[in-house]
Amino acid sequence: MHELSLMEGMVQGIQEEALRRGFTRVHQVRLEVGRLAGVEVEALRFAFGPTTEGTVLEGALLEILELPGQGLCQACGQTVEVEARFDLCPVCGEGFVALTSGTEMRVKDLDVD
Amino acid sequence: MCTTCGCGGGEAKLDGQPHSHPHPLDHSALRPGRRRISLEQSLLAKNDALAALNRQAFLERGILALNLVSSPGSGKTTLLEQTILRLRDRVPVVVIEGDQQTSHDADRIRAAGAPAVQINTGKGCHLDAHMVGHALESLSPAEGAVLMIENVGNLVCPAAFDLGEAHKVVILSVTEGEDKPLKYPDMFAAADLMLLNKVDLLPYLRFDVDRCLAFARRINPGIQILHVSAQTGEGMEAWLAWIEAGRRLAMTVRKTAAS
Repeated sequence: MHELSLMEGMVQGIQEEALRRGFTRVHQVRLEVGRLAGVEVEALRFAFGPTTEGTVLEGALLEILELPGQGLCQACGQTVEVEARFDLCPVCGEGFVALTSGTEMRVKDLDVD
Repeated sequence: MCTTCGCGGGEAKLDGQPHSHPHPLDHSALRPGRRRISLEQSLLAKNDALAALNRQAFLERGILALNLVSSPGSGKTTLLEQTILRLRDRVPVVVIEGDQQTSHDADRIRAAGAPAVQINTGKGCHLDAHMVGHALESLSPAEGAVLMIENVGNLVCPAAFDLGEAHKVVILSVTEGEDKPLKYPDMFAAADLMLLNKVDLLPYLRFDVDRCLAFARRINPGIQILHVSAQTGEGMEAWLAWIEAGRRLAMTVRKTAAS
């Protein structure tokens, strides 16, 4: 359940951002979460309500954009999509895949006023 | 993934089947009267910034910090006790103990002869850089010390949280399943060293060592692996040598940075 502390960290960061950039209310927050980030998006959504209470994020819409896992096959050299971190290359079936994306977890943007 | 209609799309699966469904709603349009702020900020940004401060403090003082991670019951604390007993006359060793409850582990570590601070995470499932930063204030490790951070027994959550350590060391005991590297890939991917612990029990178990190591290398081709038994002392010299090599490097880097 480290999703709870991820959310707490996010809320803290956005509160600081609110002071810096002068907004008082967030209507929507969009996150980008890679499929291989080791983060359960349902748990993030679950944690969002309680952690945003009494903050500029209270009542905001949470949108989570999932990013596919992608990498470079060390055997055939192709850029391929993988479902899990330890999958072998789905094209040649032999090589390890060095990940180039899919482990992200970040706040993409905020709609504020 | 949508909060309007509430449909899922997560990684959780029922009997291997996802429970998501496509839907036409589009939340990407910006409503009038509002502005959009691009942030591109990691959810771990706060933790990572604090971890960078810890790392800087380690660098300046030539401290080798290791983050020990494993399931509950892998023998982390016993391994740590035995490591301290063998290392304490050669190198200053200090320990941060992470557990949800009790100070039993810190008591054991102190009895083995190393200063220790216990962090109780309460409901928390991992240590974070903030907790470690505070623990460092009360420990104030000597220059050139080895800092062992025993994380909460959990092969999932501690993988994501950088504490400022030089290496994550994952401990897997042979009384566990040999396929744990596949079941918990994030942790094995994040670790630089794997200690296969309790190898003295191998004659009594059906644990396929080669298969286990192959799984670990499939997740992390660069991972180093040592076989140890905290109980009999087997393999402990290699583990101590690995620590001392890391410590020499930390001290060299400090000298280079200072000059």
